[in-house]
Amino acid sequence: MIDLSLLTDGGVGWLDASGPESHLVLSTRIRLARNLTGHLFQTRNTDGEREKVLELVQRAARESVLLRRAVSFRLDQLERADRQLLHERHLVSKELAALDGESRPRSGASVLVGDRLGVMLNEEDHLRLQGLRSGFDLDAAYAEVDRLDTELGQRLPFAFHPEFGYLTSCPTNVGTGLRASVLIHLPGLVLTKEISKVLQGLAQVGLTFRGLYGEGSEVVGNFFQLSNQTTLGKSEHELLEHLGRMVRQVIDYEEQARQVLLRDASAIMEDKVWRAFGTLRYARSLSFDEAMNYLSAVRLGVAMGLIPGLGMYTLNKLLVYAQPAHLGLTLNAGTADSELALARATYVRRVLEEEVGRRGA
Amino acid sequence: MTCDHCHEREAVVHLTHIADGQVTMLHLCERCAAEKGVESPQSVQDNTLVKFVGATVGKSAIDPSLVVGGGRQACPACGATLQDFRHSGRLGCADCYRTWETALRDILRKLHGATLHMGERYTERGVEPADPVERAADLREQLRLAVETENFELAAEIRDRLRVME
Repeated sequence: MIDLSLLTDGGVGWLDASGPESHLVLSTRIRLARNLTGHLFQTRNTDGEREKVLELVQRAARESVLLRRAVSFRLDQLERADRQLLHERHLVSKELAALDGESRPRSGASVLVGDRLGVMLNEEDHLRLQGLRSGFDLDAAYAEVDRLDTELGQRLPFAFHPEFGYLTSCPTNVGTGLRASVLIHLPGLVLTKEISKVLQGLAQVGLTFRGLYGEGSEVVGNFFQLSNQTTLGKSEHELLEHLGRMVRQVIDYEEQARQVLLRDASAIMEDKVWRAFGTLRYARSLSFDEAMNYLSAVRLGVAMGLIPGLGMYTLNKLLVYAQPAHLGLTLNAGTADSELALARATYVRRVLEEEVGRRGA
Repeated sequence: MTCDHCHEREAVVHLTHIADGQVTMLHLCERCAAEKGVESPQSVQDNTLVKFVGATVGKSAIDPSLVVGGGRQACPACGATLQDFRHSGRLGCADCYRTWETALRDILRKLHGATLHMGERYTERGVEPADPVERAADLREQLRLAVETENFELAAEIRDRLRVME
């Protein structure tokens, strides 16, 4: 097993619910896609070329201020459980960790993890710089990843075209190479059935949504990642300002939906969130989807002041630590669904007991 | 409508040029369009890039009159072909953007609604500051290049950006 204690905050500082709007927004992530000139893109390069890219970036990172102390993991040399662990902490993409089927990660697939910053290497693009922040904080996340971009750009030759901007393997990322995602919890809009209208509205203004684990992942537990669709034709600040304005509006809609629920269905709401709490607190077996749905309801209950004595940090942590690889790490659980369901229930019970003890029950 | 070039056959390709605020239309028949390197609607139907865009953004194929050139050659730097691009949706290297510049411009316009990068600019020494005066000078230079190379749609886009900045 890899030693995650080497990472600052275990690489999950973004879970600590310290950022703005933490009752609704889990995290803000910004990634910049960059490629090196003189090296073929990932679909056409060889093992040797990917090694070269890795070597060049690692050298530049060692010379940088921001990534000098970063921890480096070679995904192509890690067991599946370790790769999954990094993915569950949102440090690497599913694609880079090769978690679909039995495939192995491509040679040179790596990640550098610093303090709230990271770089995925030999992903779809040579470099994917990421900045990760707790809560809704686009400016802070961008300021940091922008500094990293400048630092690495001074040491590495990035592929840049005067008209098209930063060149990427897929034309959907060209220009700024910037994708900003805000991971937001929207149970109020789901319960009031307003969510599809809101998501359609976002699509019309050039935004898109994904599930908890990014591209291709399903929406579970009413968590949505809202992000910009286009990357070209607007400056980084224009893209962030637009996304920020729209997310702010979604936050307002969600708050309004919660007010409506409290006003028109307070008894039903109270029953729903306490039932969810009761199940998490006492169940002996929890499937992943079940756990996510109950965590969503409890989170809503805590944010609306219906359930006292439970912190957002604990709920955020449960989202990540109730995932399969983390249960394997903390409880030595096997990989079968039935075994994981037992381990998940044990883990959730233990955490809730520590946090609320008999007070909340 | 007859072809503006041979004045004989029916015009099937309609091009819009915008230069110095002047909009001019050019109507061509299939043969004259092909001679001028403009693809006809029929050939555009088969154009792999158009299909790619249709599939990617889930909208109807782009206006055939916008697809000019495109080329079927392999990228000299990496050997990738448009067929490879259609298959994977990924380009092979940075030079692919130059090899299929015209065709890609159409794709980018469809995907992003623009082709001109307005964000931070990269130089070997690092990222340039986004100073408005420098940016405007830079844009004017790009406008001059766009007009010189008869890339009128790009020129119109740059002019609009300059207007916004002023």
